[in-house]
Amino acid sequence: MFDDLRDLYQEVILDHGRKPRNFRRLDEPDLTARGDNPMCGDRMELFLGMEGDRIADAAFQGKGCAISMASASLMTETVRGKTPEEARDMAARFREMAMTGACPDCGGALEDEMDRLQALSGVHEFPSRVKCATLAWHTLNTALSGGKEASSE
Amino acid sequence: MDGSVRPGLDVQRVRQDFPILSTKVHGKPLVFLDSGASAQKPRAVLDAMLRMMETSYANVHRGAYHLSEVSTAAYEAAREAVARFLGAGDAREVIFTASSTMAINLVAHSYGRGVLRPGQAVVVSEMEHHANFVPWQMLSQAHGIELRIANVLDSGELDMADLEAKLADGKVGLVAVTHMSNVLGTVTPVARIAALAHAHGAKVLFDGSQAVVHRRVDVRAMDADFYVFTGHKLYGPTGIGVLWGRMELLDAMPPFLGGGDMIAEVTRDGFKPAPVPAKFEAGTPPIVEAVGLHAAIDYVSGIGMEAIEAHERSLVDHAMAKLSVIEDLTVIGRAQDRGGVFSFALGNAHAHDLSTLLDRVGIAVRAGRHCAEPLHVRIGHDSTCRASFGMYTTHEEVDFLAEALNSARRFFT
Repeated sequence: MFDDLRDLYQEVILDHGRKPRNFRRLDEPDLTARGDNPMCGDRMELFLGMEGDRIADAAFQGKGCAISMASASLMTETVRGKTPEEARDMAARFREMAMTGACPDCGGALEDEMDRLQALSGVHEFPSRVKCATLAWHTLNTALSGGKEASSE
Repeated sequence: MDGSVRPGLDVQRVRQDFPILSTKVHGKPLVFLDSGASAQKPRAVLDAMLRMMETSYANVHRGAYHLSEVSTAAYEAAREAVARFLGAGDAREVIFTASSTMAINLVAHSYGRGVLRPGQAVVVSEMEHHANFVPWQMLSQAHGIELRIANVLDSGELDMADLEAKLADGKVGLVAVTHMSNVLGTVTPVARIAALAHAHGAKVLFDGSQAVVHRRVDVRAMDADFYVFTGHKLYGPTGIGVLWGRMELLDAMPPFLGGGDMIAEVTRDGFKPAPVPAKFEAGTPPIVEAVGLHAAIDYVSGIGMEAIEAHERSLVDHAMAKLSVIEDLTVIGRAQDRGGVFSFALGNAHAHDLSTLLDRVGIAVRAGRHCAEPLHVRIGHDSTCRASFGMYTTHEEVDFLAEALNSARRFFT
């Protein structure tokens, strides 16, 4: 009945949605932020541990739809080891991909990471769901800027 | 028709009156199960509004010229129609607003600040829509009114014992509760609530936004003091709502919004408000929308509220039977007296994922917290999907929803 939704709900999304990775708190995070989609009730808290100028650990806790949980899960996996500048760059490319389905800048540096995130690009066909996919990345930007509250409304 | 026997509702005929119902979504026939958020409009409403603008539109209560008189007559005829629809004795007790939300805000501002005194309390219930919750929180913060929240039982019914306990100290000036929950479908015992409130010296406001669509409402029989509803859920246009209030209460209340039409006299030093209802209708009112609401009331009255109620009762029983056998599906709220609103959760599937799936096969449901966050905390769900019926909903659509939910369960596991 829902076969044509497999582009949006790829197996990797369903898997990360059901069993999100890095779903925990950090005891002594260097940076944290909360993300909130007030209209739909998606909520998350992001924890970053820094070592030098790199993100050594990224973890989150929260509640939300499969898209938002999978996106946060994949994000925590892909930003580990990156500098804040690289992570912000990934966030910008991800936003572009979620909104348009395409990522012209995704080759070259960080290609492997953007490849993994490509699983979420199907969301661009569902305008009301784009914010589910981008919440984690908004929250990441907020944490990196030293802020506390992000909203993808 | 001989007048003694009213035939049941012919749903296929009714559907032909609603042009949008032949729409296709993603190539599939539209199954519109979000009437509780806003109902679709019959041709009669669309035609009445267009005809008004084409033939008899002008501002009301202004000019001594023909068109303004015709327009004023149409606007006031809508007021009469609403009064008959609610069983009100006096059409002047009907105030046109922009929405139910604005009607409740009107009472919260005018009655709340003008009549209630600091130290008094207002009681709402746990199952209120934010429209009947936040205005009272605002009043509470601004005017020293204590806000009390009556509990909802696990069945989804109002806890009448708790309500009585919250009235016991005699400080409550107003009880403001829904006539039908937009999440649980629960129909509340309004006559009993009114009797209880009155016995403790409190007035009652009922939010009829959901209820008027499904039941015959008689504000005098239930002994209400205020009753509000909105046009767009009653198959009418957006932009118009109704506040009905008892004349002696409305008379004693200060104006809400200031502007044209709500005054008897204005000088450099002050103003004297116009009598009810003009006192509460500052500015150019929703004229065309009033005509549309009148047409909607005529339309539902022509079909008959009893026939609509019987059709929806049958749909509710059918839906309960169909949904209760779906594995992992939890229907929220099991009130004895309920209308055609079903909120549900399916296993671990999130409401937004579920609604995206349902949309793909043409089914429109609402997902989220349905403007009732405190209730969602109470029922322990972050968000739910909600299917809500209209008079045009068919048993086959309910079957299709059940089939789709079964498929969705398999999709997510």
